Amino acid sequence: MRGTTFMKIATRIAARLAKAAVVLLAILVLNFLLIHAAPGDPAVVMAGEAGATDDVFLAQLREKFGLDQPLYMQLGKYVWDVLHLDLGFSYRQQMPVFDLLMDRLPATLLLTGSAFAVSLILGVAAGVLAASRVGKWSDTLISTVALLFYATPLFWAALMGVLLFSVVLGWLPPFGYETVGSGFTGMRRALDIAQHLALPALSLGLFFMAVYSRMTRASMLEVAQLDFVKTARAKGLSRGVIERRHILRNALLPIVTLAGLQAGQLVGGAVLTETVFAWPGIGRLMFEALTQRDYNVLLGVFFVSAAMVIVFNLITDLIYGIVDPRIRAQ
Amino acid sequence: MKRILAAVVASFLAVAPALADPVAGGRANVVIQPEPPSLMLGLVQNAPAQQVAGNIYEGLLRYDTKLNPMPSLAKSWEVSDDGLTYTFHLQHGVKWHDGQPFSADDVVFSADVFLRKTHPRFRAVLDHVESITAPDADTVVFRLKSPFGPFLNSFEVGSMPIVPKHIYEGTDFATNPANNTPIGTGPFKFAEWVKGSYIKLVKNPDYWDQGKPYLDEVYWHVIPDAASRAVAYETGQVDILPAGSIENFDIDRVKELPDTCITQSGWEFFGPQSWVWLNNRQGPTASKEFRQAIMYALDREFIRDSLFNGLGQIPNGPFAGSTRYNDTDLKPWPYDPKKAKELVKASGYKGEVLKLVPMPYGETWMRLAEVIKQNLADVGIKVEIVSTDVAGWNQHLSDWDFDLSTTYLYQYGDPALGVSRSYVSGNIKKGSPWNNVEGYSNPKVDALFDKGAGTVDPAERKAAYDEVQKILVDDVPNAWLLDMGMPTISRCSVKDLVTTGIGLNDGFKNAWIQK
Repeated sequence: MRGTTFMKIATRIAARLAKAAVVLLAILVLNFLLIHAAPGDPAVVMAGEAGATDDVFLAQLREKFGLDQPLYMQLGKYVWDVLHLDLGFSYRQQMPVFDLLMDRLPATLLLTGSAFAVSLILGVAAGVLAASRVGKWSDTLISTVALLFYATPLFWAALMGVLLFSVVLGWLPPFGYETVGSGFTGMRRALDIAQHLALPALSLGLFFMAVYSRMTRASMLEVAQLDFVKTARAKGLSRGVIERRHILRNALLPIVTLAGLQAGQLVGGAVLTETVFAWPGIGRLMFEALTQRDYNVLLGVFFVSAAMVIVFNLITDLIYGIVDPRIRAQ
Repeated sequence: MKRILAAVVASFLAVAPALADPVAGGRANVVIQPEPPSLMLGLVQNAPAQQVAGNIYEGLLRYDTKLNPMPSLAKSWEVSDDGLTYTFHLQHGVKWHDGQPFSADDVVFSADVFLRKTHPRFRAVLDHVESITAPDADTVVFRLKSPFGPFLNSFEVGSMPIVPKHIYEGTDFATNPANNTPIGTGPFKFAEWVKGSYIKLVKNPDYWDQGKPYLDEVYWHVIPDAASRAVAYETGQVDILPAGSIENFDIDRVKELPDTCITQSGWEFFGPQSWVWLNNRQGPTASKEFRQAIMYALDREFIRDSLFNGLGQIPNGPFAGSTRYNDTDLKPWPYDPKKAKELVKASGYKGEVLKLVPMPYGETWMRLAEVIKQNLADVGIKVEIVSTDVAGWNQHLSDWDFDLSTTYLYQYGDPALGVSRSYVSGNIKKGSPWNNVEGYSNPKVDALFDKGAGTVDPAERKAAYDEVQKILVDDVPNAWLLDMGMPTISRCSVKDLVTTGIGLNDGFKNAWIQK
């Protein structure tokens, strides 16, 4: 019996992965064509920055970037390379794209991961609290604050955070990943990075924190009206047990969906937050690559982000099954 | 009482070294914006690359703020009377950062082989050169095909960086792995580059100029947001803000902070001038009266005072004020909307909508486009602003797809290096946003620029350039806006930061921090 369930899950994952591969390939081709449809090419941008140029220089650059080839040849070569797990070379940064991404990935994951954890934990906790005190002043307070966070533009919250905590109070560093040239190691360095992380992670997490808390509250209030909750109450179960095991667990599904969505964006990074806080992550890499028409880097970021979205969608589906066994049985 | 006395003594001690010689030690924190693509100055010469790598590499000469040549890797030089032979005598005992000795062979290799292949601006200078030879290890001789007026101005570190022959000879320059750890002869050595965060340079202990540099290390901080850069200075993370680091509207506030000094020196060699490209080929802007009308219609004093915080000078023509042979007798075009209206009528303008493609280099430039649109609307000219990003703007200019567009270009101190390129007809070529983009063509102007470049006699050069300025100012091929003021902001305790015509680009050789 157990074996067949396992087999069923494995076949489902395999089918999903096969579909994902096709989707990924389509994304790859689409991205490639879209990017090349934008005006301007990397050779002109680089020549423009140099402040001087001649035909020889442009021809050299175009040859280096492979732009002297027809578009279908460039596309074919790119797809072929990616199939061999080669994301290409960034002539702009003088590094293989894969190395560039790996360089920036830890900083981004740290930022988006912390923001994810903070928003999920605090958001759900606030939502549970609000739902259990519905109509009381603490519910009103939580709902109002959540609405405020929900409506505040990210960059504004970030700048105000810097103004208050760095410029006025001087508690937290205003930007950067760590204190440059401090020579910190071990725990001291971890603490230093944590201090730098606080503001960007919080301002990035605010929006999702608000969404989680509103959704948890609404979802829990909805489930609380259902018959099985009445039955549980009639059985004489304690309030805490009913809230935890009956209401919260059944209210979790939409939150898992949303968390899956947010998790899919973990790698894509946070362009605005990374820019305001000079956080050396993938979002900034992508934005700079866009303005510089660094095609290979841009395509690399898109490719990895797309792959991540697909992976997290899959994981989300599996978690549905754990949270709600009825889904697994289907 | 004791405490007061101690404070007095302490303050005396703090002030005392200022009267004495520079002190060694300390670290400078500088903003770099944007992050350079590479620090191999022979391959990449954009502004941020020059700003950092100009302290790693060196040229044969440096230039003071009056643009007079000063020794660098060359300790002395002679020019033959016919203006055809330039002989440079090199410093003794110079070593590359990897310990290898530097010699005249490196100079010949850099100029004749490396930069000929990689450096478009230097390639244009090489067109005038017949041969580059090293008669001995300490001497380099340049023979010219014909006299070239500004030749002695071509040896600054960004124009002609000397690169190590022993690392690059026989390799593919662009993909040489050594590009990631640049090796120069300069006062600072490359130490570390954490992409997206910072670049670290450390003092070169074996530097040939004994006793220099004074600083132990220089950190260049990469901070992508302009407001964050201002905060970085306010909260003490950085001490030096190169020109362009913060938005113009922040300058007034930041320069009033305690212990803050501001200078506009250090840009004389570049002499950036801003103007509006006018497409001379087609549409209303093909008419001279119409272009003159635009010149009368632009309120340049308002532009300077409101958008650029009063920094900069209103130019009297195509030669920036700091460029040699600027004809100081010429008066700038006045702001005269009434005359502009008459000229618009005389030009036969029928209400066509002109396409303005503004340079997307930040807030100030977008507002400038709005002022231009407003100024021109006041005299009855219709303008539509086409917004795009830097790559798109480059493309519009390279394809000549515009009626009006804003820009600024460096003049490199000499009309033959930085002015003629935007006006001579030989430089009308698609594919570059920096040549004669407007498409102005006048054989007389071509001849005069040739004449001015083709002699080393200052009187002859002046005569030719005076005449060419008169013609251009009347023809208005482009509408000149501003000789830009470029403020460097720093803590006052950072001394001797700007001592040359290229300012920060080779400034850390002399800089020191008062304790």
